[in-house]
Amino acid sequence: MSETHAQTAAYVRDTMIPEQAPPGSEFGAIHWLRSNLFSGWLNTLLTVLSLGAVWWLIVHIGPWFGNAIWNANSLSECRAILDGREGACFGVIKDRWHQLLFGFYPGHLYWRPVLALVLMLAALAPVLFTGVPRQMLWFTALYPGVAYWLLWGGSVWFPIAALAGFAVGYAAYLLLARVSTLIGTIAAFLAPVLWWLFASQAVADALQSVIPLGIQPVRSDLFGGFMLSIIIGVTGIALSLPLGILLALGRKSDMLLVKTICVGFIEFIRGVPLITLLFTASLLLNYFLPPGTSFDIILRVIIMVTLFAAAYMAEVIRGGLAALPRGQYEAADALGLDYWKAQRLIIMPQALKVAIPGIVNTFIGLFKDTTLVVFIGLLDPIGLSNAIRADNAWNGIYWELFGFIGLMFFIFCFGMSRYSMYLERKLKTDHR
Amino acid sequence: MLVYDTRYRSLTIQVVFLFLFMAGAAWLIDNTLQNLARLGKDFSFNFLWSRAGYDINQRFVEYDSGMTHGRAMLVGLLNTLFVAALACVTATVIGVLAGVARLSTNWIVGRLMTVYVEGFRNVPLLLWILVIFAVMTEAMPQPSAFRGDEPAASMLLFDSVAITNRGTYIPEPLFARSLGDIYVGLFYISLDLVAVIAVFIASLLGNRVLLRHAERVQNETGVRPRTWWKSVLILFVPLLILLSALGFHLRYPELRGFNFQDGIFMRNSLMALWLALSLYTGAFIAENVRAGILAISRGQTEAAFALGMRPRRTMRLVILPQALRVIIPPLISQYLNITKNTSLALAVGYMDLRSTLGGITINQTGRELEGMMLMMLVYLVISLLISLAMNIYNRSVRLKER
Repeated sequence: MSETHAQTAAYVRDTMIPEQAPPGSEFGAIHWLRSNLFSGWLNTLLTVLSLGAVWWLIVHIGPWFGNAIWNANSLSECRAILDGREGACFGVIKDRWHQLLFGFYPGHLYWRPVLALVLMLAALAPVLFTGVPRQMLWFTALYPGVAYWLLWGGSVWFPIAALAGFAVGYAAYLLLARVSTLIGTIAAFLAPVLWWLFASQAVADALQSVIPLGIQPVRSDLFGGFMLSIIIGVTGIALSLPLGILLALGRKSDMLLVKTICVGFIEFIRGVPLITLLFTASLLLNYFLPPGTSFDIILRVIIMVTLFAAAYMAEVIRGGLAALPRGQYEAADALGLDYWKAQRLIIMPQALKVAIPGIVNTFIGLFKDTTLVVFIGLLDPIGLSNAIRADNAWNGIYWELFGFIGLMFFIFCFGMSRYSMYLERKLKTDHR
Repeated sequence: MLVYDTRYRSLTIQVVFLFLFMAGAAWLIDNTLQNLARLGKDFSFNFLWSRAGYDINQRFVEYDSGMTHGRAMLVGLLNTLFVAALACVTATVIGVLAGVARLSTNWIVGRLMTVYVEGFRNVPLLLWILVIFAVMTEAMPQPSAFRGDEPAASMLLFDSVAITNRGTYIPEPLFARSLGDIYVGLFYISLDLVAVIAVFIASLLGNRVLLRHAERVQNETGVRPRTWWKSVLILFVPLLILLSALGFHLRYPELRGFNFQDGIFMRNSLMALWLALSLYTGAFIAENVRAGILAISRGQTEAAFALGMRPRRTMRLVILPQALRVIIPPLISQYLNITKNTSLALAVGYMDLRSTLGGITINQTGRELEGMMLMMLVYLVISLLISLAMNIYNRSVRLKER
């Protein structure tokens, strides 16, 4: 075809037409508006309605924020200052922020929960972000003891003796694993339990009498506000993930008995509302324990919340396990890995990665569910809001108070969901 | 050693596990028996047949304080199921609308829906219940505000709905020539309601026959007969005939004395619970719907367009049937969540199962062990029924692989 030149066929162009700008309706703001907001009668209607809703919100909320009063000691004082205008009365936050954050924790000790929170961020950093030095994980491992001591106070030897249980278990394993790995493993589980049941308290007391080291103790019933929510939420999150993994593995197990018990446990917990479990913790636990024993209500709540979240976690992780192709299990077997090694090195890293959104959703759900402790008399932010609203000075206030509490929860939960998205992006290995 | 022999290994582990499990269970039961003996209590459910002695302010079956604790439990259970059913319906409507709207190309609508979904998902449900309850009780007008020539507040929807700080009043459906009630052992059932439901189901079945016939004709001749007016006739005419035969009319709420009279009175506790559950769960359902639609690969839409289908028909015949398979299982587990979350009714004093059996009955009789066990059992049965429904559905839509 190369012989057919432009010279022989006169009607064929031999030069390119210069590029022209697209018509005015095809680019720029007008095009965007037309294709996104007014592309049909339905869309136009929706746009107009949405704009109306936004306008209504701005008109009502704008002055409410604009006239906000921060310096007032009661709602009536607030209303007197506002003098009939519409406006928020954030005086209640200024007046009661310490309660909403710390409950009735002694005022001169606020530095302790704050320090515990800062240290918690430091302890979480190596878990959440890979860029942080790995040596920090040692601090993460020790953090539960540190946090307990800072929050509840008392003798420093008690958390140390409790943490020493892990060292005892490890020592028992090292000693007896030479005899037989099986005996060593059993001893590694048994020794810490025996230590905690019988020795740890005595050792702590003995050390305390020799070297008295301690800070002012704080009773559990003084705990409250977001401090309480975070304590329950973070502990529940940290404990429910490993428990959930074990339950999910139990449910996938070939052993009929283990499987039945795990399925029964998961379905029972998922079938009843959390409130009934919390009431069990507060009313019925005394029935199930030996007569005369009683332990801290916050600890009971943490146990129940953990069990509850673990059942949901197990289902999420089971979904992740089901998503793995069969070949992965077979490949692990072919490499000669035993069950736990195969789970640790091959199966779990992939299954957990698939399950990240579900796991984080369960975490968020757990954190929101910490508000239910108000029903068994703990003073979480919602319990405190009820108390504040019952106070004469602030009777009748609701948007400001609930708005503040909601905003705090929103920040935590939204932060968690953003982190899960970041993690998913970071761990994404397929090339789409 | 049995553990090292692969033939007996799993058996050995299971035996040890069973032994530990039994030991733990025996320990718990032994403790419970000891504690019960120490407190001088026995383990019996006889309290269910003793006089309750408390009132319940919302009841669908006959109840007064002279009746038994068992009866009170039934009233509470029906209240739980009622608010759960209401919330399931509205949450589905809100969720589907919001989920579709969030995918819309309309920028403003998409953003607004994102704000709605994130706002409701990330704040505890209990807080929403309390907020809505506070708004209902403190910001709504008093009944007296509706009085006078120039009232400060007015009724909505052509003077039929009154929202006051005491509760919401809506019109009540009544039948002039009622068929009466029938007693079914535990409670009365309105025969009018049964007749209406029966006629409606018959109409649905008739419509299905019509559609199936139309499809057969289409398959044979290639031309689909016009069915929409026949559908309308079959669906609505029998119902209208029945309603007019029964003398159906609405009685509107009316301000008399210090309060509204007549009509159906919905307490603030019910309204707060219903709205909060609907809006909160609606946000979750919206995400499920969005995920379901996004899960259908773009190729399906393109293939349908290549076959010359229009967008609406593509949605109805290609995308939705596949998306529903993804959407419905999480939707049903949201229904399960709604049912369990109704137990938060405690916060606003709605008399559900938790407040009757798990609250006042336990406090009055001191039977917390039996009461809690019974309540857990009831919730467990409801949950298992819902999961059974889900399993049946999953089996029916499973991809037939050959």
